[in-house]
Amino acid sequence: MVDQPYSTAPQQREAATMGMFVFLGTEIMLFGGMFAVALGLRLTHPREFVDASLQLHVWIGAINTAVLLTSSAAVALAVHAVRAHQYRATSVLFVIAALLGVVFLGIKAFEYATEYREGLLLPPVGVQRLFMDLYLLSTGLHALHVIVGAGLLAGVAAFAPRRATLVENTGLFWHLVDSIWVFLYPVLYLAR
Amino acid sequence: MTDVPANRRANPHDIRDRGLSETPEQRTSYLRAGHTLRSWFLTTDHKRIALLYLVAVTFFFFVGGIAAALIRIDLLTPEGDLLSNEGYNRAFTLHGVIMVWFFLIPSIPNTFGNFLIPLMIGAKDLAFPRLNLLSWYIYVIGGLCTLFVLVAGGVDTGWTFYTPLSSMFAHGQVVMAATAVFIVGFSSILTGLNFIVTIHKLRCPGMTWGRLPLFVWSHYATSLILVLATPVLSITLALIAAERLFGLGVFDPKLGGDPLLYQHLFWFYSHPAVYIMVLPGLGVVSELVTAAARKRVFGYWFVAGSSLAIAAVGFLVWGHHMFVAGQSMYAGAVFSFLSLVVAVPSAVKVYNWTATLYKGQIAIDPPFLFAASFIGLFVFGGLTGLVLAMLAVDTHVHDTYFVVAHFHYIMVGGTVSAYFGALHFWWPKMFGRTYPMVWGRIMALLIYLGFNLTFFPQFILGYLGMPRRYHVYPPEWQVWNVLSSTGASILGVAYVLPFVYLLWSLRYGPPAPANPWGAAGLEWTVPSPPPKENFAETPVVDCPAYDYPLEMEEGEMKEGARG
Repeated sequence: MVDQPYSTAPQQREAATMGMFVFLGTEIMLFGGMFAVALGLRLTHPREFVDASLQLHVWIGAINTAVLLTSSAAVALAVHAVRAHQYRATSVLFVIAALLGVVFLGIKAFEYATEYREGLLLPPVGVQRLFMDLYLLSTGLHALHVIVGAGLLAGVAAFAPRRATLVENTGLFWHLVDSIWVFLYPVLYLAR
Repeated sequence: MTDVPANRRANPHDIRDRGLSETPEQRTSYLRAGHTLRSWFLTTDHKRIALLYLVAVTFFFFVGGIAAALIRIDLLTPEGDLLSNEGYNRAFTLHGVIMVWFFLIPSIPNTFGNFLIPLMIGAKDLAFPRLNLLSWYIYVIGGLCTLFVLVAGGVDTGWTFYTPLSSMFAHGQVVMAATAVFIVGFSSILTGLNFIVTIHKLRCPGMTWGRLPLFVWSHYATSLILVLATPVLSITLALIAAERLFGLGVFDPKLGGDPLLYQHLFWFYSHPAVYIMVLPGLGVVSELVTAAARKRVFGYWFVAGSSLAIAAVGFLVWGHHMFVAGQSMYAGAVFSFLSLVVAVPSAVKVYNWTATLYKGQIAIDPPFLFAASFIGLFVFGGLTGLVLAMLAVDTHVHDTYFVVAHFHYIMVGGTVSAYFGALHFWWPKMFGRTYPMVWGRIMALLIYLGFNLTFFPQFILGYLGMPRRYHVYPPEWQVWNVLSSTGASILGVAYVLPFVYLLWSLRYGPPAPANPWGAAGLEWTVPSPPPKENFAETPVVDCPAYDYPLEMEEGEMKEGARG
C-alpha cells in the first residue's frame, strides 16, 4: 500500500497530511488578501462601512453559521469513526456534512435573491456599492470552496471511506472552509 | 557507429569515445526509461519533469529576450524610431511579465530544484509526483495565455499592472495577461508545497537538517515564500480582472476605492517574489563555491539561516516600492530600516562564500566563473539596493534607470548567472556528457563583460535623471544608451552560444563520469545520468554536508580532481 517515493506507510501518511496543511496555509493567504481589502475599506470609510453592514440580513448569516458549524461537527465525528474502523458511520457522517453544505448554499442563494429583490445587491454607487461588491466576491469565493468541499465529502463517502488519510485530509479542508466563514461572518455582517 | 560492448566503460580521453552514441550509463538512465512521447508528457519522474521545465523555461527566456532586444534597439537613438509609443509600452510590459513569471520565478526551482532536491536528500522522487507533473501543465497553460496576449496585441501597463492605469485606462489584453499570471501562480504554489513536504518527509536515513546541502535550504526558504505570498497575488489579480469586467471598484477612487491599496497588495507579493527569484540562485552559488574550493562551506548554519532570514524579513519590506506614493512618513522610515536589515543576511552569505574560497584549491572551471560573476554582480546590485532604501536618495532616483539597473544586477547578473552556472555545473549529471570547458570559460567571461556594459551605463543614466519606461530622451544621453545597447548585443550572443555547445555535447561530448568535479553530495554518488529510481538502494548519510578532506595530499589531489 506504499506508493513510489515512500518507504513506509506512516511516512506517506505524514507527507499527505503535511501537504494538506501547507495547502490550507495558501488558502488562508488567499482569503487574507480579501480580508486586507476589507480592512482597507473599513479604515478609509469607517462610518459608511458600518452603515452598509447594517443592511445585511444578520439572522440569515447566523443560521448559515450554525449550519456550517454543525456540518463540521459531523466531519469531526467521521474522522473519529474512521479511526475506530467504523466505515459505515464515516460514510453516513460525511454525507450528512455534504448535505449540510448544500443547505448552506441553498440558504446563501436565498439570501442573494432576497438582497437582489430589495435592491441591496447592486446599489448604484458609493461605498455601499463597494462594500456589497466585496461581500459578493468574498462570499462567492467562499461558496466556491463549499461546492468543492461538499463534492469532495460526497466523493470520499461514496468511494473511499476506508482510506483514513484521505478522510482526515478531506475533513481538514472542510474545517478550513468552515473557519473562513467564521471570520467572514463577523467582518461582513457584524461590523458595528 | 562503432560496436561497443555493453560492459565497456567509456573513457573521456579516448578520441574514439567522442560521438559515442550511447554510454552504458545513458542506456540504463532515466533518459532511456521510455521512448514514447507519452512516457515524457505523462511522466511522474522528477528528473523528466525538470527537463520539461528546462525546455519551457528556456523558451520563455528567449521570448522575453527578444522583447528586450527590441527595447534596446529602439533606445539606440533619442527619437522613438523603431517602435511607436504604444509599441514600446507593450514591449517592456511583455519583457517584464515573461521574464518575471515565466522565467525568473520558475527558472532554478522548477528545473534544478526539481532535478536535484530528491537526489540531494536521498529520495526516489518528490513527495507528490503527480502534483509535480500537474504544476508543469499549469505552467504551460499560463504560458499559452501569455503567448495569446503577445499575438493578440499585448498589454501596456508595465509588469506591475498598477491601478488605475490597468483597471480604467489601459487598452489591450490586461485581463488575459492577469489570467496568465494568475494561472502560473498555482504552478508556483504546487511546486513550493511539493518541495516543503519533500524536504520534511523524504530525507534519507542520516540526512539530518544540519546535513542538508545549502541548495536545499535555500529552496526550502524559497518554497515558504512561494506558498505564502503567491495566493495574495492571485486574489489581487482577480480583483483587477473583476474591476475591468464587472466594474468592481475596490481600486477605483471614484467609487471610494483606493488605488494605493493595489500597490500594497501587489508588493506584498512581489517584493517577496524578488527573493523567490534570487534565493535559489544563492543556493546554487553555495554549491558551486564549495565545489570549486573543495572545502567545507564556511559557517554552514549562518548560510542556511540567512536564507530563512531573507525569506522572513523579505515579507516586511514591501513599502520601499512606495516611498513616493504618498504613504505615511513613519511607514516610510520603518520600511527603509527593514530594507537595510534584509541586506544583513545577504551580506552574511557573501562573506561566507569569500571565506570558503580563502585558501581553497580553486578550480577555474566554468561553474566557478559563473559563481564568481554572480558574487560580484550580486554585491553591486545589493549595495545599490541600500542606496535605494534611503528615503531621500530614493526620492531623487525613484522610477529612473538607476532602479532598472539595480534590479537587473540582482535578477540578471544574479539569477541568470546562477542559472547558467547551474546549467554548466549539473549538465554532465543531467545528460551524462561533458561540454568543452574552454567554451564554458569564454562564455562566463563574455556574459560578465556584456552584462556590465549593458547595465552599468544605466546607473549613470538614472542618476542623470532618465526615467524608466520612456523611449524618447534628450540627445546628450545617447552615448550611454548606445553603450548599453552594445553590451546587450554581446549579452544576447553570450546567452545563445552556451545552448549551441551544450546541445552539441549531447551527441559529441565525451561521456561524463559520475563525479566530474570531485564534489561532495549525494547527487554525485549516482551514475551520470542517474537511473530512473535515483538510488539502487536507499543511501545512508554518516557525514556532514560538504565533507571534503581538510588537507589534500599530493597523491590524493590528483585522484580527487577531475579525471
